[in-house]
Amino acid sequence: MENTILRIENLSKSYGSSTILKDVNLTVNEGDTVVIIGPSGTGKSTLLRCINLLTKTNSGRIFLDDKEINAHGVDENDVRKHIGMVFQDFLLFNHLTALENVMIGPSKVLKMDQVAAREKAFFELERVGLKDKAHLYPGQLSGGQKQRVGIARALAMDPRVMLFDEPTSALDPELIGEVLEVMRKLALEGMTMLVVTHEMGFAREVADKIVFMEHGVVAEEGAPDDLFFHPKHERTREFLWKITELYGKHDQEKGENPE
Amino acid sequence: MVLEIMGYILGGTLITIAVTLVALPMGLVLGMLFALARVYGGKFLSGFAALYSTVMRAVPPIVLLFILYFILAGSINISPFWAGSIALGVISSSYQLEILRGAVQSVGGGQMMAARALGMSRLTAIRHIIIPQALRLAIPPWSNEASIVLKDSSLVYAIGVPEILRRAQFVSARTYQPFLAFTAAALIYFLLTFLSNRLLDRLEDKTRIPGF
Repeated sequence: MENTILRIENLSKSYGSSTILKDVNLTVNEGDTVVIIGPSGTGKSTLLRCINLLTKTNSGRIFLDDKEINAHGVDENDVRKHIGMVFQDFLLFNHLTALENVMIGPSKVLKMDQVAAREKAFFELERVGLKDKAHLYPGQLSGGQKQRVGIARALAMDPRVMLFDEPTSALDPELIGEVLEVMRKLALEGMTMLVVTHEMGFAREVADKIVFMEHGVVAEEGAPDDLFFHPKHERTREFLWKITELYGKHDQEKGENPE
Repeated sequence: MVLEIMGYILGGTLITIAVTLVALPMGLVLGMLFALARVYGGKFLSGFAALYSTVMRAVPPIVLLFILYFILAGSINISPFWAGSIALGVISSSYQLEILRGAVQSVGGGQMMAARALGMSRLTAIRHIIIPQALRLAIPPWSNEASIVLKDSSLVYAIGVPEILRRAQFVSARTYQPFLAFTAAALIYFLLTFLSNRLLDRLEDKTRIPGF
């Protein structure tokens, strides 16, 4: 029995006269990994930020566990405790160690006592393979390590769903693998994930559903194999194969695929 | 003779330091409040802070000192020392507002976004994420402001506070040795600013975030 964790109905968002998102509908079931792909500037990041209420929508409804979270009067801070977010630029708190970064959510937001928060933080750092780097500062970590700490920081809140906003786009090719590996593991462990990415290898291997967005609307969605082999729209096929060419093997030099 | 002059002026050093130690922290607290209002406040708070900054920094400190002194001394029974120190604190707060505003904005909107994504309220994020980083970024320009407040403390000579400059004036009149008197004063000011700069450099080193 599929349990719907996240449901988005008719979501629209504009900035002034430019429409970023138009009537977007999306469902994410428990334990699913949904990957959103599409050309840059088509509203994918905006969509994620609307989901965790960092950006205000113009119209539409968002339901988390059947509770409407973007209605008037909802405590946004409370909602965000249950939605984890991982950013393209990592956005770690620079003045705190890796451990403190992961601890601060449980400690200051969930009001856990220091001992429990520290234990939880170590647990999550171990989960992403960085327990030995706990006492280093973000400035002392590589990009891949920073992002993994970012993932641990979000996980420490025990979120219902994890949002990933192009988590590997700012990383050197060699470091992308370690982050995708953590994400793969999370997906296998049953975490509900919504991932915006260009990493088609990851999408094909891990996604339960791929959503292709263009011009602020959902152009097509379906299981990876459906989209790759029997896409309903030519544009979908065109985009998927081009992206696979560029990003399918993430350790390949980008220069080898000029476009 | 030189030693006598020096000794007398030196006696004002404690008062100079005291004035600075009242004005500077006061400027920091007020300046921080205004800076946060400027960056995170709504239209009114932010606008008010901007107005405060523009007006207070447009008038020479000594003019403001007189205005504030006469307001304060006129309404409550307060010594020139306290009136002057508080006035200097208010003046400094407008400059510190700008320093701290720059620092807060340098921290970046991403930090606030990441904090809120975890479920932190704006206040919690400001307290635990923004301010700790902003203060570190602010140390170099703040060190400059500290020197300025130390030197501006000399302005209170005009309302009769017996700090270094006032004493130098007194001694100069008494001994007809203005050059000696004021050079001695200058020397003391130099030592004070030099020491405070060194202290703040040490602070900057101690609080530097590893990796940056």
